[in-house]
Formats: sequence, structure tokens, C-alpha cells
Amino acid sequence: MAAMDVDVKEGVDQETVDAVAQLSGAYKYGWNDDEIEMDYAPKGVNPDIVKLISSKNEEPEWMTDWRLSAFQRWEGMSVPNWAMLQLADIDFQDLYYYARPKSMEVKPKSLDEVDPKLLETYKKLGIPLKEQAILAGVEGAEAPPAEGRQVAVDAVFDSVSVGTTFQKELAKAGVIFCSISEAIREHPELVKKYLGSVVPPSDNFYATLNSAVFSDGSFVYIPPGVRCPMELSTYFRINAENTGQFERTLIIADKGSYVSYLEGCTAPKRDVAQLHAAVVEIIVEEDAEVKYSTVQNWYPGDAEGKGGIYNFVTKRADCRGDRAKVMWTQVETGSAVTWKYPSCILRGNDSQGEFYSIAIANNMQQADTGTKMVHLGKRTKSRIVSKGISAGKAQNTYRGLVSMHPKAKESRNYTQCDSLLIGSECGAHTVPYIEVKNNSSRVEHEATTSKVDDEQLFYCRSRGMDEEEAVALVVNGFCKEVLQALPMEFAMEAQALVAISLEGSVG
Amino acid sequence: MALPQRKQDATDARLEGVMLPEGPAWLTKARKAALGRVAAVGLPARRDEYWRFTDPTTLTDAAAITADVLEVEEDPEFSGADALRVVFVDGVFDEGASDDLSAAGVTITRLAQAQDLTWAADLLGTLEERGQQPVERPLAALTTATATDGLLIHVTGQAGMIHLRYDRKDAGADVALHHVVKLDAGAVVTLLESGAGAARFASNMEVDVADGAAFHHVRAQGRDHGRRMNTHTFARIGAEATFKSFTLSVNGALTRNDCIMEILGDDATAHVAGACVGDGEDFHHDDTVFITHDAVGCESRQVFKKVLRNGAVGVFQGKILVKHGAQKTDGYQISQSLLLDGDSQFLAKPELEIYADDVACSHGSTSGAIDEDALFYLRSRGVPEKTATTLLTLSFLAEALQEIADESLADDLRDRLAGWLDRHQH
Repeated sequence: MAAMDVDVKEGVDQETVDAVAQLSGAYKYGWNDDEIEMDYAPKGVNPDIVKLISSKNEEPEWMTDWRLSAFQRWEGMSVPNWAMLQLADIDFQDLYYYARPKSMEVKPKSLDEVDPKLLETYKKLGIPLKEQAILAGVEGAEAPPAEGRQVAVDAVFDSVSVGTTFQKELAKAGVIFCSISEAIREHPELVKKYLGSVVPPSDNFYATLNSAVFSDGSFVYIPPGVRCPMELSTYFRINAENTGQFERTLIIADKGSYVSYLEGCTAPKRDVAQLHAAVVEIIVEEDAEVKYSTVQNWYPGDAEGKGGIYNFVTKRADCRGDRAKVMWTQVETGSAVTWKYPSCILRGNDSQGEFYSIAIANNMQQADTGTKMVHLGKRTKSRIVSKGISAGKAQNTYRGLVSMHPKAKESRNYTQCDSLLIGSECGAHTVPYIEVKNNSSRVEHEATTSKVDDEQLFYCRSRGMDEEEAVALVVNGFCKEVLQALPMEFAMEAQALVAISLEGSVG
Repeated sequence: MALPQRKQDATDARLEGVMLPEGPAWLTKARKAALGRVAAVGLPARRDEYWRFTDPTTLTDAAAITADVLEVEEDPEFSGADALRVVFVDGVFDEGASDDLSAAGVTITRLAQAQDLTWAADLLGTLEERGQQPVERPLAALTTATATDGLLIHVTGQAGMIHLRYDRKDAGADVALHHVVKLDAGAVVTLLESGAGAARFASNMEVDVADGAAFHHVRAQGRDHGRRMNTHTFARIGAEATFKSFTLSVNGALTRNDCIMEILGDDATAHVAGACVGDGEDFHHDDTVFITHDAVGCESRQVFKKVLRNGAVGVFQGKILVKHGAQKTDGYQISQSLLLDGDSQFLAKPELEIYADDVACSHGSTSGAIDEDALFYLRSRGVPEKTATTLLTLSFLAEALQEIADESLADDLRDRLAGWLDRHQH
């Protein structure tokens, strides 16, 4: 691997520089499957397009109305400009809001009838043949028996969910895992109850747009007391040119349940920036636990900043019940622009929220990302660990909120955000908001590498490590734990990421 | 760009009755320009990013403000300091109470008496104007435009201490003062400020610190409860120069202290610190700091401590901006609050914006109650609970007080803090 040709300051080791260089090298998911025949709705967005999307998904009237009222609201909203991002104006009328592979129109009888280009795409993504059949919607395709560690996949290709694997296996445990369009048809009572209850249609510009035009996404329901037998995963790909992808994910973990959810995304290399505005809502009931992991690897644009995905995402988890727990893990390496703040509303007493993030921005990438921890219940706990790495001419911003409401007695927050700059042309910024409204809670925001987990640190130090080594080990340890849980296709990135050291950090 | 209608209306209403004070042509020109800056951006409103934690209404609205004048038995702050004293009563210069304005190493002119003064004409309003980017500070521009008096201080060598005392007599005075301090290369001065000044008090201080010069600033903002105050300090700091500022705030319905520093010369030092104590819902204290590093090898420190009880609100908004090329910057920022009971609030936004890779910038912010273990330790050693609480609170504030270079000044303020803590025990 060629060493990255930049001057780095003393204390940043070469391994880190190389790891970042490798990550930001040739984009390996950048093929475009132009030959896949697509069905497009006309460009632009208006009530007719909203109705068209709704009818394509065979939605009931209440859903169409829900979308239309969101659209009406969106028309009166303006693009938020508070993030530290330099953006060209987006012409929202110059995008396709709906595109789906033509082969989806009629259910193919076997894999032979499936558009070979579509299959090729799955192959490039590393999806096994039998699962390809299911994802391609082949009639009668059976899921292979689950052996060892299995991951159920819902693949979203441009605007539509093309297939979900292991549905039967999951149904045995009572787990519902399907596309959101299917859920709207099959489980309207659940969708009606929960959709928009965490991220209301009025939430923000992009979430409102998403509410109006979301085309598909994943739906998960874990019944009370069920530990989901396998990891669930959604795979997003934007293929068509000038298309915006607006997926909507709704995850409901009922009392005492557990689920681990993975999300991955890629897009072809295109010269023109593409828009991705997703909404993820998670409801965590009493004693339930949800782990949500993202490896965001959208096409970042070329070295001159041409093309790439504009990633404007609203993700929020609502810990409604006591002792509910949610953990966000994100590895953000792609996208020309990232605007993303996975948040936790800690409503239940003793509920917990965690946010672990590694954001790498290179070349002309811009990332403005972070989290919100809203403590409402008593003895709620949250932890934020954010590592931002900037290289090239990239700008990387951590933006976060920790709010302790007057009633959130004896709550705790620990925040650590470190940034690393590689080269003198990039920028690293930190914009934390801290609001403490009671005195029995303790809030710590630190940039020093001195306070990770005292017990773990003490253990390492009692074995003779110095403090810096111990901190590096502990932080890399949790990175590894998180990254190892990700699908194989990300293994290379995962390993490279673990090689990134904490030295030379500023915070 | 047109202002939002509400902001436009509020600004028009406020500016309608503004009468610019009389003065020489250069001063009138600077005042008119400043008024133009206010009109261009409008008065601050709660929706503005830099006013999200503090409601600026009572600092800007036309309605009269009254605040009882507090009668205190103790001597005013810094009474023991060997300083040239300048006294303003409700913003009006008190010649009888003030010393003769001539002293070694410095020339002092009152703004209200200024005639042709080239250095001041070049400086007045310019640092304030520079400080309007990237964050608008309309209140500072309003003060530049409307200030009726203030001091123009030109420090040419080793000067002694200068003490500006702001006394109060009238329960309803609404005052704006504007000071300009220019330090020539290698010059040294210590500036003290004390007192609440007026029911509503606005002040600007523009400080130009030339290469190798040193400016020390220690301020105590009185003990009056109902008063509302907004102060802006703008500093431009040259190579190997030193700027150090400390502010003690006790009580006060609303205090907003903005400190905007721009480091333009290599190897310079800029420290800004503050301690505040507040008891009750009629206490809201906001420290807003913006430090720009635009030179190599400079050091900046921000140390802010707040002790809050009974619904008091403390705000800290601090920012370190390290510009491209400002390598070897050492930036440190700490903001901490001690909440003595369950009703108080601490709201903080400690920001970093860094465009240089070879820097060490860190910031920390904590908030919480008094350490139960430490309290238990002291009590187990026979220290009564109240005394132990006072001791621990003073030790919490100590890091900020240590930023005062002159020990006798630091001792003066420490004694006052201890007195306040004694008076405000449960």
C-alpha cells in the first residue's frame, strides 16, 4: 500500500495515515448498472407524484393522506443552514422521486428470468445465490435453512424494496421483518400506531420531505420477550441517475425483546450529486434493547468534490419503557455530505442510550454528524464516544446535544469527542450543546483521553500499560467489538479502522 | 437580505428614538456607521443562535428598567489597590471622586471631551466592527453608537493601575459607555473595573495590544440584584503580547459578558476567565467568548466557573477558531458549574473550529452537585457541613481566581466570594 503523500504532524503514526488513505482510495462499490431497466416517475415533486408513489405501493387512503399533509407542510419549509456545510443549492424539482427495476413488475418464475444485471449487482455485493433469488423476488424461492450465524437482509434498490430474506425463519419466532410498503398493507395497525411517533412528519425539512415521498424501507417488529434469532440487515443502493432515495425504517422492539440491526449502503460513481434523505424510527419498550449499526459507504464524490451522495438522515430512538436500551454505532466513511444525528430520547426510568461513531472524511467530503441525548426519565444514562478523522480538504464536525431535564434525577452522561487531522488543508470542529437542569445529574464533556471506562483502564494499567496505551486499547476494543458485528463485506474497512490510533488527537 | 418582520419591527422601534451624542466629526462618523451596523443585522432575538440560552429582550427593549441600589457596608472592590481612580455615577463622570487623569506612561482622555485624537479616530469602532464576523454582535454596535462617555487610554510605557469605578445612585439609569485602550509596543497596564454601573448598563472596551505589550484586566460587576448588563470586550493581540482578563459576577438579574479576541501575532498569549455566583431565579449569567487564532505558536485559555442555586441560570458559549496556518496553537477551554440544589440550570456550548493540524486544543465541560465524598471526608474530620460546603465551593472557584496574576487583587475577590457564600447558606 502506497504511503499517503501528505505532511503529517509528529505523533500521527503512518499506520493511521495509510488506513485512511486506503479507505478513501478507489471506491469499490462504484459500478453503475445502467443497463438495468428502470421504471421512473416523472422528475420533480408535487401532490401527484406523492399520490403516484402511494398508489405504486398500493397504499390505503389514510397513508396517502398522511403523505399529502406532510407534503403540504414541506412546501412551507426552508432548507436548514445551521450545519457547518458548504452546499450547492439543491433543485428539489430536478430529481426523480421514484425509480424501480423493471423486472419487479411481474414476479419471475426462476433466477433465469431475472434481469441478469440485477443479479450481477447482488453478486458484486456478495449476496449468496439462494438469497439472490429471494431478493430478486423469484416465485417460490425458499430461504436456505439457517446455519450458524445468519443475517436476514432487506435490500432496497433505488426506490423499492426488492426482497427480504429469511422471512419464514423469523416468522417462527414471531418477528415481522419486511419492507415498509408491505407492512403498510399487511400490518396497518402497527404502522398506524408507530409511524411518525418518534420522528413526526413536521420534524425537519428533510424528514418532512421523506414523510411525503418515502418509497420504501424496512419494517421490524419484535414481539414481547423475543430475542430476534438472527441479525437483521438492510442494504441500500442508489443506482439510477438523478434519483433521490427516501427510505423509511421503522423498528419496534416490544417489551423485553432484543434485536441487532445492521445497515449498509453504496452507490455508483456519478458526476452529479445525488440525494439521500432517510428517516429511521425506533421504538424501544420496557426492558427491550436495540442495537443499530451503520456502515455508511455511499459514493463520496471524486477527489475534486464532483458527484457523491448528499446524505441527510434523521434517525431517532425513543426509549419509552423503563430499562429500555438503545445503542447506535456508526462508521461514516462515504457521502459527499453527511448530515446525520442519530438520537436517543430516554423517557423510561433507568433507560440507556449509547452512541459510538467513527466519521472519516477525506478529499472534499463534509460531515456534520453527532447525536442528541435527551434525558427525561430518572437515572437515565448515556454515553457518547465520537472519533472524527479529517484528511485532504475535508471538514468534519461533531454536533451534539446532551439535555438533562429537571425530572431526570440522578442521570449520567459521559461524552468524549476526539478529532484527528491528517494534513493541513482539512478542518475538525466540535459543537456540543449541554443543557443541565437538575443538580443530581452529572454531565461530563471531555476531549482529553483520560476518562474512558475507569475500571477497564484500571485493569489495563494494573497490568503495566501506560495510560495512553490503555485508553487506545479500550477504545479500539469497543471499536473492534462493534465492527466485528458488521457484515463480511465491510470486514476490510473494519480492520483498517481499528488500525487508526488515537495519537495526536485534538478534541 | 431582509430581516424577519418581527426583528425589523423591534429594531425600528428601538432605533427610532436614538439620539447620537454630540462630538467631533470623526466620532459622529463612527457612531453613524455603528448605527448602520445595528440596522443591517437587527437587534438580537431569542431565535438567534448566539442568544439561544439568554433572552435579550430586557437588554434591548425601550421599556425603562429599574433596579434598587444596593447599600453595602464593605468598601468597594479594589479600594485597597494603588490605582488611578476614575469614577462614573450612573454613567456620568464624577470629577470630585476621580483622581487627576494624568499619570506616568499613559494619556487618558474622556470620550465626552475628545477632540482631534488621531489614534482614537483610527481605532474607535474598528475592533467592534471586526468582531461582527463571523458572529453578529448588534448590541456592541448599539453601544458604540450611543455611548455618552468612556475613556480613551493610550499606554505608551510602563503604566500603573487604572481603576474604573461604576457607582449607582439612581434606581432607573440606562447607561452606555465605550472605552478604547491602545497599548504601544512593549507597554504594560492593569485596568480594573468595578461596580454595577446602572440599572441597565452597556459597555464596550476595545483593546489594541501591540507587539510585546501586556494588558491585564480584572473586573468585579457589583452585587446589585435587579441590574441588567451587557459588556463587550474586543481585543486585537500582536506578537508576543499578553492579554489577560478576569471577571467576577455576583448577583444581577441579567449579565451577558462577550469577549472577542483576535490573535494576529506569533507567540502571543490570551487568557480570559470568570467566576460567578448566583442565588435565585433572578440570576442569569452568560459568558460568551470567541477566540480567533490567526498566528503561529499562540496560547489561549478560557476558564469559567459558575456556582448556582435556587433556580439561578448559568450560560457559557465559548469558541476557539484556529485559522488555516495557525500551527502550534495551544488552546484550552474549561467551563464548569456547581449546582448547589436541584433547581438551577447550566447551559453550555463549548465549540472548537480548527483548520490547522499541528495544534493541541482541548475543551472540557462538567456540571454536577457538590462531591458527596469530599463533603463526607471534611465532616468526618470535624468540619461543620456549612463550612465544608463553603470550602469546597471556594476550591471549585479557585482555578478561575488563579488566572488573576496580581495576588492582592485575587485575595480581595476571594474574600468577597467567601462573604457571599456565608450570606447565602441555607
